[in-house]
Amino acid sequence: MHSGIARALFELFSSMRFAISLLTILSIASVVGTVVRQNEPFNAYLNQFGPFWFPVFEKLGLYSVYNAGWFLVILAFLVLSTTLCIVRQTAPMLREMRSFRERAREASLRSFAHRVSLVPALPPADAVERAQAYLAHAGFTSRVADNGEGTLLAARQGSAGRIGYFFAHGAIVLICIGGLLDGNLPLRLQVWLGDKHTTAADQVIANIPPSARLGTGNPSFRGDVFIPEGRSTSFAVLGLADGILLQELPFNVTLDKFHIEHYQNGMPKRFASDIRITDRSSGQTTRHTIEVNHPLTVDGVTLYQSSFEDGGSKLAIKARSLLPGRPGVLREIEGVVGESLAFADGAAGFSYTLEFTDFRAFNVEDMRGNEGGQGDEGEAAPRGMDKLQRHLGSGAKGAEVRDLRNIGPSFTFKLRDPAGQAREFHNYMLPIEQGGRWFLYTGLRDAQADAFRYMRIPLDERGGVDAWFAIRDRLLDPAQRDALVARFAARSFPAGRGQDAMREALVQSARQTLGLFAEKGYETLGGFIEKSVPEAERGPAADVLVRILQGLAWEAWMLHREAGGEPPLQLDPARATFVNDTIAAISDSQFYGAPAWLQLDGFEERHATVLQATRSPGMPLVYLGALLLVLGVFAMLYIRERRLFVLVKPNEALVAMSSNRRALDVDEAFRQHVEGLAAMLGAPVPASEPREGA
Amino acid sequence: MMEIARPSPATPAGPAPAALRPHTPLLRRLGAFDWLYALALMLGAAFALVRYHAVMDVYDDLILVLQVPVLAVIGWQWKPFRAFLAAVALLALASIALYQGDLARAEQTFLLKYLISSQTAIMWMSALIFIATGAYWLGLLARSDFAERTGSALTWIAAVMGATGLFVRWYESYLLGPEIGHIPISNLYEVFVLFALMTALLYLYYEGRYATRRMGAFVMIVISAAVAFLLWYTFTREAHEIQPLIPALQSYWMKVHVPTNFIGYGAFAVSAMVGTAYLLAERGILASRLPPLRVLEDVMYKAIAIGFAFFTIATILGALWAAEAWGTYWQWDPKETWALIVWLNYATWLHMRLTKGLRGAVLAWWAVAGLLVTTFAFIGVNMFLTGLHSYGAL
Ligand code: HEM
Repeated sequence: MHSGIARALFELFSSMRFAISLLTILSIASVVGTVVRQNEPFNAYLNQFGPFWFPVFEKLGLYSVYNAGWFLVILAFLVLSTTLCIVRQTAPMLREMRSFRERAREASLRSFAHRVSLVPALPPADAVERAQAYLAHAGFTSRVADNGEGTLLAARQGSAGRIGYFFAHGAIVLICIGGLLDGNLPLRLQVWLGDKHTTAADQVIANIPPSARLGTGNPSFRGDVFIPEGRSTSFAVLGLADGILLQELPFNVTLDKFHIEHYQNGMPKRFASDIRITDRSSGQTTRHTIEVNHPLTVDGVTLYQSSFEDGGSKLAIKARSLLPGRPGVLREIEGVVGESLAFADGAAGFSYTLEFTDFRAFNVEDMRGNEGGQGDEGEAAPRGMDKLQRHLGSGAKGAEVRDLRNIGPSFTFKLRDPAGQAREFHNYMLPIEQGGRWFLYTGLRDAQADAFRYMRIPLDERGGVDAWFAIRDRLLDPAQRDALVARFAARSFPAGRGQDAMREALVQSARQTLGLFAEKGYETLGGFIEKSVPEAERGPAADVLVRILQGLAWEAWMLHREAGGEPPLQLDPARATFVNDTIAAISDSQFYGAPAWLQLDGFEERHATVLQATRSPGMPLVYLGALLLVLGVFAMLYIRERRLFVLVKPNEALVAMSSNRRALDVDEAFRQHVEGLAAMLGAPVPASEPREGA
Repeated sequence: MMEIARPSPATPAGPAPAALRPHTPLLRRLGAFDWLYALALMLGAAFALVRYHAVMDVYDDLILVLQVPVLAVIGWQWKPFRAFLAAVALLALASIALYQGDLARAEQTFLLKYLISSQTAIMWMSALIFIATGAYWLGLLARSDFAERTGSALTWIAAVMGATGLFVRWYESYLLGPEIGHIPISNLYEVFVLFALMTALLYLYYEGRYATRRMGAFVMIVISAAVAFLLWYTFTREAHEIQPLIPALQSYWMKVHVPTNFIGYGAFAVSAMVGTAYLLAERGILASRLPPLRVLEDVMYKAIAIGFAFFTIATILGALWAAEAWGTYWQWDPKETWALIVWLNYATWLHMRLTKGLRGAVLAWWAVAGLLVTTFAFIGVNMFLTGLHSYGAL
């Protein structure tokens, strides 16, 4: 009974049908993991799938398909099925490889698809000898047997191809087992059996409890090693779905220097870490350079260049106030990337935590297609033959479509309010040119998933942003508003010319315009027009308001110059553009959501390298498997097993051939062998030999 | 018993009678010309070793040397391939000579500008592929042997131009700067040229092997599609511009992994198009003009077999490379995973045919579907999925 079930299971698991079903299921299951991005933070999935599907998919293991239990079960079945298949095939295959089938009967030979009857011109004994010589020459090994019906020459070639079956299928088993050893199953077993618990990321190493630490004896792991320049570490961090584990390395790694090199066009050229490895027991130190594609193996641990980060660059920053009525520098800040500090001001009533998250000394951007780049519109796009002409010649051409430029250092930081909400900023240190004008860029976003939205602060005549800040302050500060409006009105309608009424009207509308603009910039102005002006008159009305704003901004600029003892300026197109850019940026700044703009004044760069440390005990198995797989596949596909039978009777030589592969070349080979044998036996070649049907 | 023209008795030591020739080992079948060809290959390799010594590392040297026996065997088995190699070598060397180390000459020298600079050669390849496709179709529909022979000749020339284009592009990349120079199989544009070239060569091989040009009309469709994509990519995305290699691609593994892969892709493409022809012929469409079903079926199998064998190697080489660049030989990156799916698909196909004895339309449909899966693995992954493979996002 039991053995009956075992037998049936063995039959099932080693059957071709089961194997083919498994291969199909495995393919489909693999697709899932390429459609759903794997191993992302959980809240990314929550956003993507919504609160209903998120937990369902989590239960199904879709966020880490290839480590999911069900996926491993499929793989296990594949290993089982292939193993059983090998077990089942071994005896028959070996028998096949050894046997010559010299007991084949004439009747069975006559039923072969490839068979032909020759009439030799020789006595049987000679014919046997000749046929034997032919078979040997054609690469067959043969046996002679007298089976009562005549003398049978049973020959075969290419039986070694069957070894390919064992190689290829054994390789599948080896590769799967090796892969399992190197996957995260061993780690999960340790967590499960070895009383280990993951812990939260982002804590100080010293605080990580022993239950989250793995010793140097751990045979299989893959983790990240983060080292700032000039520092050492002896740990790798292993990330699991619900936290991290700390893997102790058998040595200390010190990063002396991290190199980033770029090609002239700004593409990255080389990432390399100059490191020192110090053996903890002997204290011996060796120096190495690890690069992408050039890993280093020490003590069974292999270190790879994986990525790089900021390792705590020092930033000298001025916080320039964006609070109306409080112009100037609020504070000078010494920031360190990766660290945070309190950024609060009782008088102004704000209290934030300032977290410096990144710094980059280079930013190579494609500046093509930026608005303002008039060059593009200037020339018409080439067409027809012209276009073809452009694409003839060397492959070095084509640069005209890209405009890659290094636009200098930038840094990112987060401002976190007491409620824990954070907004992220991305500020450039140097001005960027666009269409002949220069701007300082500062970007912001509310969520990591968003792209940065950029505000462009225009540079004034002296190449600084003082004018912008001063104009902004005067436009937005209610305390200065009346003076500004009065001066603007007086300039438009000078006293003593009988325009008092108009001046008064202008004062009113200017005051109203500024009031609205100071709320949310163009947005409130637009809303106001939409509410209070009939649709047909909105265009002209908006023009009037913009004109007033321009006038006020110009006046504010001149007041600022006056205060600094500088002479007033003549209005010209460039200055008008500056005023417009200024107003646009002030409008955007109403959404900036920070009390200050952080201006980067200086920096001291420090990189950190991220190496990957792995120990992969399964690797030799997998590589051996890969080698066997290639040998096996080629053997199976290209060593053709063929059996040729020549039954020599007094007046006939019956030639029959079989092959384990049905393909056209069997027909061809048979034809050639028949010709060869016929020539050797002095027999006429039969006009047409039977062929396999299509 | 009557004496009829008796052949001399064959003794193992004596010379093989004519009847035995086909079974004589390859090396003993070679004539003087074959050895001359091998000698030319060796001299060519030696020349390259000496001339380009400065920019080659040991692996490059090794690969170059290993190529000699491989190309020799291919040329001995497949004679027209020798003329192909000779033409490519001549044109590429002529181009290099005309350049005189100065990229600007691509614009000034007539032959470079209009024939054998890389871009121009690739444009010629593209045009010739289209014309050849038309010729094959004309031949098929009008039963014109001449048109088919023209198609075949044009495809050979297209292959010569494509290969020349790639070699010259390789050279041009070094003219841009020694640090930029690299083998032109590093982005989607370059591998599309490689794909067109490989598929054309594989097809031409089967054309000669089975002595029929009737499959050309179908196989050329897929090559034309690749060329159409290539042109679109060139004209709208300026994708042809030579770019330096990012660090992840600076590896000798790339040089073996990518071409191997494209033997696989090319063979799968051939099998799918022959499968299409099979399906039509089976329904009686064009049946009288296409080769017999059993020939189509055989080509389909042969192409999948060679494709599978090389795709196996390519995937393994990719894994070895990944182990060096990313620290693990397998990490279920979408590109890797789709390679596995392609591989499993054809493994199943082979099992169906070879162990279950399945034949006919099902396998042909399956081969066609296989090309869809392969195409997705080749470009779909780059377009729709994100992963570590930096290889040319569209
Ligand atoms: C990932 C799993 C597998 C792969 C990649 C694979 C691959 C191959 C390949 C490439 C062939 C060559 C085609 C041929 O020459 O016949 C083959 C043949 C074969 N496979 Fe598999 N195989 C797998 C699993 C299995 C399993 C589970 C079985 C057991 C049912 C099996 C049984 C066979 C048999 C009987 C042959 C024919 C051998 C011969 O006649 O020489 N295979 N396999």
